[in-house]
Amino acid sequence: MSSETQQILTTDGIPLSVSLKKAERKNKIKAFLLVVPLLLFLIITYILPIGDMFMRSIDDKMVTNMLPKTFTAMEKWDGKEMPPEEVFAGFYSDFKILVQNKEHGKLAQRLNKEKNGFNSIIKKLFRQVQRNKIDEGQSIKEQIMKVHKRWRDVEYWQAIKRTAPPYTTAKYLKGMDMYYGPDGNIMQVEEDRRIHRILWLRTLEIAFFVTLFSFLMGYPIAHLLATLPMKYSNLLMICVLLPFWTSLLVRTASWMILLQQQGIVNDFFVMIGLVADDNRPEMMYNKVGTYVAMTQILLPFMVLPLYSVMKTISPSLMRAGKSLGGTPFVAFWKIYFPLTIPGIGAGCLLVFILAIGYYITPALVGGASGTLISNQIAYHMKTTLDWSFASAMGLMLLTGVLVVYWVYNKLVGVDNIKLG
Amino acid sequence: MSKNQEFVKFDKVDKSYDGKVLVVKDLNLDIAEGEFITMLGPSGSGKTTCLMMLAGFETPTNGEIYLDANPISNIPPHKRGIGMVFQNYALFPHMTVYENLAFPLKVRKISKDDIDKKVDKALSMVSLSGFENRMPAQLSGGQQQRVAVARALVFDPAVVLMDEPLGALDKNLRESMQYEIKHIHESIGVTVVYVTHDQSEALTMSNRIAVFNDGKVQQLSSPDKLYEEPVNSFVAEFIGENNTFGGEVVDLSNGSCKVKLSHGEILANPISVKSKGDRTTVSIRPERALINPENKMDNNHAGTIEEVIYHGDHTRVRLNLLGNSEFILKVPNSSKNLDIKLGNKINIGWNSQDARALDPK
Repeated sequence: MSSETQQILTTDGIPLSVSLKKAERKNKIKAFLLVVPLLLFLIITYILPIGDMFMRSIDDKMVTNMLPKTFTAMEKWDGKEMPPEEVFAGFYSDFKILVQNKEHGKLAQRLNKEKNGFNSIIKKLFRQVQRNKIDEGQSIKEQIMKVHKRWRDVEYWQAIKRTAPPYTTAKYLKGMDMYYGPDGNIMQVEEDRRIHRILWLRTLEIAFFVTLFSFLMGYPIAHLLATLPMKYSNLLMICVLLPFWTSLLVRTASWMILLQQQGIVNDFFVMIGLVADDNRPEMMYNKVGTYVAMTQILLPFMVLPLYSVMKTISPSLMRAGKSLGGTPFVAFWKIYFPLTIPGIGAGCLLVFILAIGYYITPALVGGASGTLISNQIAYHMKTTLDWSFASAMGLMLLTGVLVVYWVYNKLVGVDNIKLG
Repeated sequence: MSKNQEFVKFDKVDKSYDGKVLVVKDLNLDIAEGEFITMLGPSGSGKTTCLMMLAGFETPTNGEIYLDANPISNIPPHKRGIGMVFQNYALFPHMTVYENLAFPLKVRKISKDDIDKKVDKALSMVSLSGFENRMPAQLSGGQQQRVAVARALVFDPAVVLMDEPLGALDKNLRESMQYEIKHIHESIGVTVVYVTHDQSEALTMSNRIAVFNDGKVQQLSSPDKLYEEPVNSFVAEFIGENNTFGGEVVDLSNGSCKVKLSHGEILANPISVKSKGDRTTVSIRPERALINPENKMDNNHAGTIEEVIYHGDHTRVRLNLLGNSEFILKVPNSSKNLDIKLGNKINIGWNSQDARALDPK
């Protein structure tokens, strides 16, 4: 009995587990040092930027910092009737500092986003402050309320109060075509202005169909690659990889040449009499262009994982299936196909995730009906400069990808993925 | 009921893959019902091609194969009803043992109860009852092999083909599997066509052996005949060990011939020599040559011992005899004390009946 519970010692009398740890410590340190550069690289280029994006997307500190005294005073205000004198006093003293620093314009801009009409009344107040019309000895509440009738409207003060928290999820709501109503409720934007939801759905739709098309085309190619004799399969492999080595822009541009109305594909259709010369179909600057170009570009990402899995399936399995009495179709469906599922999973996941965030190709050939959510993100980064909104949408996209991954893991199991 | 002697018939079958080289040349082979026949030959001799043509994965370039008197060249593999055991077992890795065995039954639309019964029976036949729910990867090589055999037999095929099924097993397991397959064949009486390049496997298991070389059947006969009476020097060389002398026939009379070697003359049994002056290779099995024979033998020559290798149950002795320094003797490990020492000169004798004068190499 005692020998079982007794610690096992090495010949030197050190407990075995301690000795083992000591012996392996050096290797562990070595291994860790080897991955340190990669770890740092990942932290600097991936983890930190995502964290920064997240902070930016929920950041709403500007007003919080501009109106500190106002918000301190507002803590006691119930937010239903007109705020008490202290709130007005706090607001006035905050506003004076803003006027000195010439930052009142920014405040007007930000508050105007929260509620229309702030721009003009802040300008008016600014003029009064500039001319020292406000007498600090008397009730500031009365004086500000006289500046403009909107200052007497409680809704505007509620709007100011809503900007108090340093963080907000408003950008995320905006990404889903929703916003905070006057009483803090989540509201939908009017139906004709719901552009983001359409973009999200279109992105999913295009990613789904691109994945489907790549699968339908990639499966036979991968099968050929895996079963042809070496000299042919090598040639075919180069055909698959050649586009891979060509710049994305070049490939997209060549699709533009092919698909435009006076392009080669249309010329061909006219030549074989499929369409009339004066009625050439538009195959670019719409969904068709996006489908065609993206499928071609993402095809290798489907073919390669499928190929590497099919390569490992022994041809004798199909033979066994046939010799046991299965028709070629049964042998394929019951034996070959189930064995390729890990490759299908890897290929589809890869293509879908790449497609969901695709940017250049839809931007160039997509037109208005073929652009995706990533094009919208780029638009907000470069044109409107609303980086926090761009960050919010970027993170929503990332979350979407993670959800896809999670669902996939539940259905197929990530351990079943094979990339080679 | 008399057995069909031409249950499987290869009739003038030729096979070429590239239109230049024939891998199988004019093959005529009849296989009787219930027979265990082995196709034996070195790699590239065309034996596997023959098997694949029978299974339906290759088509004969010329000629026809008959199964129970029906030509089968135009029947696809899945309609032939021939069971097959593959070299690497080809078990379906995503199915359990039960599902593997049930596959040929399911595609034949057999009812669930019958499937269960047949699978049970087949598994108990290979003594793997209770392994139904294992995956193939959880089985050892020998067990996988047995599942493959059971799967090829479970749908009661008329013929079972086995393509070097024991090649991947270690030596001990291979030997015990040989007996096991042989016993299964004996108990259910199915026709088995077995392909191997291992001659001892072929000798152990078969009713008849077809020795393939260069796309042709060199000899088709029972294992003992094949070993004792090879008809040409390839078969003599390929099956078992063999001492050879190359020479020229100088005399040919009443069932015996005299062959002149580079050093001396020997008497031999003329098998494929027809006339005086023919070149020939004389083949003698090592165990047919004796040291200091007590009975009078018609060949008696002295040789020098060049190498002695102890093998436990016997000792291999290599001597230089009549100019052939590769002459092997097997001396049983008995109490009889022979003077086997390196460099000794000893007297070797054999009967001319056992020295077969075959075609020249």
